This record gives sequence, structure tokens and C-alpha cells, in this order.
Amino acid sequence: MNSQNGADLDRTPADSRRSSPEPGRTAFDRTPSDRVDVCIVGAGPSGALIAAELSAAGHDVVVLDAGPRFDPADRENEMENHLRPGNPEPLWGMGGKRDAYSATGDHHYPLNAARVKGIGGSTLHWQGMVMRLHEQDFELDSSVGLGADWPISYDDLRPYYAAAEEAFSVAGASDNPFSPPREQPHPLPAFPPSYSDSLFAEACESLGITTHSVPNARNSEATDEAGACVGYGTCKPVCPSGAKYDATRHVNVAEANGARIVDRAPVQRLEHDASGERVTAAVYATPDGEEHRQEAREFVLAAGGVETPRLLLLSESEQYPDGLANSSGLVGRYFMDHLFAGVGGQLDERTRQKHVGFITSESHQFYDRPDDSRTAIKLEFLNYAGPAPADVAMTADSFGDDLLDDIWSAYGNHAAMGALVEQLPRKENRVRLDHSRTDDHGNPVPDVVWRLDDRTRATIRRANEIQRSVLEELGAEITWTVGPDDTGPAFHHMGTTRMGTDPSESVVDSQLRTHDLANLTVAGSSVFVTGGAMNPTLTIAALSLKAADHLAARL
Amino acid sequence: MELTRRDVLGALSAAGVGSVSGCSDLLEDGAAGESPTEDDPITDHDVETLVALAEVVYPSGVTEIESFVREYSVVRVREDPTYARGVGETVARLDDYVAEWHDDAYADLSASARADVLEQMAVDTADPDPDGVAGERIRYYLVNELLYAFYASPTGAGLLGLENPPGHPGGTTSYREGPHE
Ligand SMILES: Cc1cc2nc3c(=O)[nH]c(=O)nc-3n(C[C@H](O)[C@H](O)[C@H](O)COP(=O)(O)OP(=O)(O)OC[C@H]3O[C@@H](n4cnc5c(N)ncnc54)[C@H](O)[C@@H]3O)c2cc1C
Ligand code: SF4
Repeated sequence: MNSQNGADLDRTPADSRRSSPEPGRTAFDRTPSDRVDVCIVGAGPSGALIAAELSAAGHDVVVLDAGPRFDPADRENEMENHLRPGNPEPLWGMGGKRDAYSATGDHHYPLNAARVKGIGGSTLHWQGMVMRLHEQDFELDSSVGLGADWPISYDDLRPYYAAAEEAFSVAGASDNPFSPPREQPHPLPAFPPSYSDSLFAEACESLGITTHSVPNARNSEATDEAGACVGYGTCKPVCPSGAKYDATRHVNVAEANGARIVDRAPVQRLEHDASGERVTAAVYATPDGEEHRQEAREFVLAAGGVETPRLLLLSESEQYPDGLANSSGLVGRYFMDHLFAGVGGQLDERTRQKHVGFITSESHQFYDRPDDSRTAIKLEFLNYAGPAPADVAMTADSFGDDLLDDIWSAYGNHAAMGALVEQLPRKENRVRLDHSRTDDHGNPVPDVVWRLDDRTRATIRRANEIQRSVLEELGAEITWTVGPDDTGPAFHHMGTTRMGTDPSESVVDSQLRTHDLANLTVAGSSVFVTGGAMNPTLTIAALSLKAADHLAARL
Repeated sequence: MELTRRDVLGALSAAGVGSVSGCSDLLEDGAAGESPTEDDPITDHDVETLVALAEVVYPSGVTEIESFVREYSVVRVREDPTYARGVGETVARLDDYVAEWHDDAYADLSASARADVLEQMAVDTADPDPDGVAGERIRYYLVNELLYAFYASPTGAGLLGLENPPGHPGGTTSYREGPHE
């Protein structure tokens, strides 16, 4: 069953540059290691951070990821692919039979735009905005009677937030009067506000709205890991310079510590022992068509908010016919995302958009909920409103001086605000298996069943109202609104293996260990009880570091 | 407005050929040949045609188009043989079309005739498609490449007040500055 030959055929340029930490094994050998301390499924930020922590503590770690190891040398080409219209190649290789899915809810969920499979996970594509949840987020039910409380408080997570900011080299400032208490400055100074931020700040000030900086997982200064941001402006979907944090950084750390990282090794199911109390092996496929079993003392499932519940459901057994860790019946339930709300328009002055691809001002003034009438709103002031000159040029139907005139009126005076709006956990929103369709390995595909409730829609309308008032104060002619009817998800998959103390009402405990299986940890936004309206990955990282501490204590 | 070597480097960087930034060697020996070879996948005639097109699609105030297009294209095609082949084949299609109406190749037509040909072939309204009909291929391989080289570079985008366009590593200062005009 040696996969050596087959794997050789599948060797990529990135493979050839790697050496394996294990003596006698080539880097592209995907056969399993002898029983290890920890097997981690998924090499996104969650899995990578846990791998880095546990390997640093001297534990044997194997990470299995479904996607490939992308070659950092290709990033400029990826950027070009993205910028040039008429280039059909999907970025980061998402789509096709491997990633087939269904979306049968009232509101379509565009899953393959919302994740990346590969070493580094979705942070290869992400925007890199990283903020802490608020204290109220952890006690929403007891404070205003919405959603549910988390089994942990902000204070429990606070030291891990600081460690997560350190891990991501977050650039931030302490000028945000709405943010929860923090103990020390961010590791790097914040990116200063943009020119258009200054226009917004003035308009906001006259409306009594406070604006402030945005914490970014993006180097404002050079660090040992990466250079400073050089302003490519294509952060989402790809940062050619590596200044934007992505999880390959911690994958590299883990690898340097001796962890094995196996790419293109989609886990098919987890197996358990006869007692049904412990996971024994992760069964994974390799490109040569073989299946292997990786045995370990502890298992960590960090495959993102959709694949994590799917894998638990796929791991059904005689003892667990409804899937693993699912005695509550809640695996896949309470799926949440953040909703985008936005308003944009044009001013009769230049707004200097598109110089960088990230945002530098927000307002969290409308974040905490005053009562149960609305959910959280996080307001964003965009630095990339409207098209860039090249976008206009390449789709224009004029040339020469006419084209220059057309671009002049299309680029340069746009201004826009975005917002993330909270969606509360609802049981009927869920990830389940669609048994009528299968992926490239014959497994039922995930079905994302998603709809918007009235409270979420009302909060989107409220966000639009605030945005409209700011743009009007700016003197903008409003040209577009993304409201409750045309909103879309922010690509943050949360809630599908919720955390709690009661095994009948949750899937994992406050250590992120499943109630049902003693050596199975689930890390990622699937454990969120409520989603707030902050981008989730700093919280994912903090929770993962917490889980790593618990794992280390058990090993 | 004059296009300079700096602009070529800026355009190449926006086109993802950033590894040549600061490396003038590639540009020095970047001359094209009579016929495509492995080392020189683009011919003089291809480059002349691109220059002739650029004169139509770029704003009239832009000068030194020829050296800009020549240097940009030679490096760009060398980095991407598939693109180079596409350029050669598409130039041939454009010339075939022109041959039905004129005795000259596209590059030899007057500026107004060149603009007319683009309109007749509906290049102005075509979607870029490397496998499409002639007008769509011309839009993809020739016209959009030229427009991209210009408007995604600090020079072209700078005409519109965007000195650091997406794809160009122009630092983190310009986004903070107010309008220059
Ligand atoms: C366009 C976009 C913009 C975003 N912007 C932000 C932002 O600004 N701020 C923010 O906080 N968040 C943002 N996010 C979300 C952020 O990327 C995710 O929250 C984060 O990457 C989740 O980390 P994770 O490790 O839990 O999962 P992922 O990063 O999704 O990684 C999961 C990994 O598991 C692997 N996997 C899946 N199934 C299997 C299997 N069966 N076997 C083996 N491996 C498997 C996948 O291949 C993948 O590599 C953005 C996301 C997108 C798509
Ligand atoms: S602007 Fe974005 S893409 Fe460019 S270097 Fe900075 S982080 Fe990377």
C-alpha cells in the first residue's frame, strides 16, 4: 500500500522544494506516520496554530489537509489572474467535483466563494480584519435576551486574544472607545486613516458618530516573518508580498518544529473504538487513489464551519448512526454568517480610492445591542469604492480620448460604507448531508440550508439608515444600496458544533472537546454560540490557542 | 505625457511580471526578431501591430508609445509562452480581416482606418475571450493587454489620480494623501 510511486506523479513544484522532518521519508510521501500524539484535520489558521503550539511543546503532530500546498512563487500570477477580466481560472482552485455542494435554503449560499482548501486554508484569500468580540457577545441572552450565552466569558478568552494578536502580528491602535478592555498595545502600529476616512470622519462627527482605527493582520512594519505591506492593494484574494498574515506562517513554524503537514489528503471519516468513547483514526485519501489511516492519541477537527460538521456527519457508525459527536442532534445546526449591508455613492470631489486593498476606519458605536430590538452592527468605511481605471478600461466600449473621459467620470469620486450585521443562531439554519449528490470520493456533499429571519433583516435596514445618513451628510449622490433583499454572506461559517455545558444542547465543552468523545477537539468558528458582528478569525485563533493549552495538558 | 522605462517596469509589475523590476538586462536585450523563436516568441510585426493598436486605444497625449509597448510586450510574452502564441495568432487574424478590404497589414493603415477596423470587428463591444471569434480574441490578447499595461500602471492610472493602482506595490503613503490637483 505504499503510495510512493503514485504520490511521485503528483509531485508539485512546491513539493520538490520541501524536505520532510521525518528521516527516511520524502516530503511528498503521504503514507501515515506511526501513531502520533496529535492528528489535526485542516491547515487553516485554527489547525496551523494548534500544530505550531503542540509541536513547539515537543509533541508528534500530523496535519492532514484536503487541498494542495500552493507555491508562494505563484502569487504574483494569481494576482494577475484576478485583476485581468476574461480569465476564467478560479482562484485557489475552488470548485469542481471535490467541492460540490448544495444550497437548498431560502437564501442561496455561495459556498465555494467563501472558503479555500489548501495549506493556509481560507486565510490565503481573506481580508485580514481581526477584532475581538465584545463582552456582551458572550452573554447575549442574559444581557438583552437574545440568542444564547457562551459557557466562557470575555475574561476567559482575554489572554488568548492577546496571544492571537501576537501570532498574527496585528497592526492596531487603542483609539477605539467601544472595544473591550485590553492589556497591552497591539504588536504593530495601526495603519493610519486614509484620505477618504478623513472625509467620513468629518461627516460622522457632525452626526455624533465616532470613527476609529481597524486592527489588521497585515504588517504595518517588517517583522521576522514578513516584510511591511507594500500596497499591492489586492489583499483579497491574494497578497503577493506576504505582508498579509496567512496560516502558512504557522504551518511553517509547525513544520520547523517537526510536525508533518500532508497536503491533498482529504479525511473521509473518523473511526472510533468499541466503547465509542475515543477516536482511533482519521481515514484519509491520497491523490494516487489509496486510503490510509492516521492513528493518534488526540484528534483535532479544524476543517472550517462547513466541512467540520460534514465530516462528523460522514463519520456515522453503527453506534453513532446520526454521526459522530452528535448525541445532541446539533451537529450542523445553528449555522450563522454575518450579513453585508452597504450604501455607496458619488461625490463632487475626488475620494482617492483603490490605493490599498484594506480598510483603515470603522465605527463600532452601533455594535452592542441596546435591547432585543436589533442585533450587532459593525460599520466600515471603504477605501476601495467604485471601479479602478483598469476595470473601466477593459470593459469599456470606447477607446483613446473618449475612453479617458469615460474613466474620468467612472473613477475617482466614489465613496462607500459597508457593515457586518449579526445573525442570531436558529436551529433550522444548518449544514446537512445531501445524499442525492456525491463529491470526488463518493461522499454525500454538504447542503447549506440558510435563511434570513426578520430581526436580521431589520438590523440590515437599520445599518442602511445609518450609512445613508452619513453619505448624505458627506453630500454624496447615493447610487447603490445593499439591503435586506440583496444582502449576502461575509463568508464566516459559524455555529455548527456549538459550545456549551449541557451535552444535550451543545456539541463541545468549554475546552472545545466534544461531549461524546474524550479525545476529539473541534476548533474553529463552528464552536461559536453566537456570532456577533466582528470578523471571526481572531476569536478562532484565541479559541484554538486555548484548545491547544487543554490538549497539551492532556497529552 | 511621455511613457518612460519606469512606466514599463510599473506596467510589468502590475501584469505580475514583477521579478523583472529593477532588472534592466531583460529590457536591454529585449529586441524582437523576424520570426518567433523559442527565445523570442514575438516577431517585429507582432510588436508593430501592438504599437499600431496602442496608438488607437491610448489617449492622444501619450508619447513614446512604441518603446513602451515594445519593451512591455517582449518581456510579457517571454514570461508566458501561451500568451505569446495567442498574440501571434491573433495578429494574423486581424491582418486576415484587414486583407479583405485593404492591401496593407493592420499596422500600416492610417490611424483613422485602424480605429474603423476595431469598430467594424466590434472589438469595442466584444467580451474578451481567448477562444472566441476574432473580435473577442483581439480584445483579449491585444487590446485589453494594452489597456491593462497602461491603466493598471502608475502612469496611466496616475492620469486619473491613482498613482498606486491595484497590482502595483506603490507603498502605503499615497492612500493617505489628498487629491494632488
Ligand atoms: C473572501 C474572504 C474574506 C475573509 N475575510 C476575513 C476577515 O477579514 N477577517 C476574518 O476574521 N475572517 C475573514 N474571512 C474568514 C476566514 O478566512 C476564516 O474565518 C478562517 O480562515 C477560518 O479558519 P479555519 O482554520 O477554521 O478554517 P479554514 O481557513 O477554512 O481552513 C480549513 C482547512 O480545512 C481543510 N479541510 C476541509 N475539509 C477537510 C477534510 N475533510 N480533510 C482534510 N482537510 C480538510 C481545508 O482544505 C482548509 O484548508 C474571510 C473569508 C473569505 C473567504
Ligand atoms: S496592500 Fe494588501 S496585497 Fe498589498 S502588500 Fe499590503 S497586504 Fe499585501
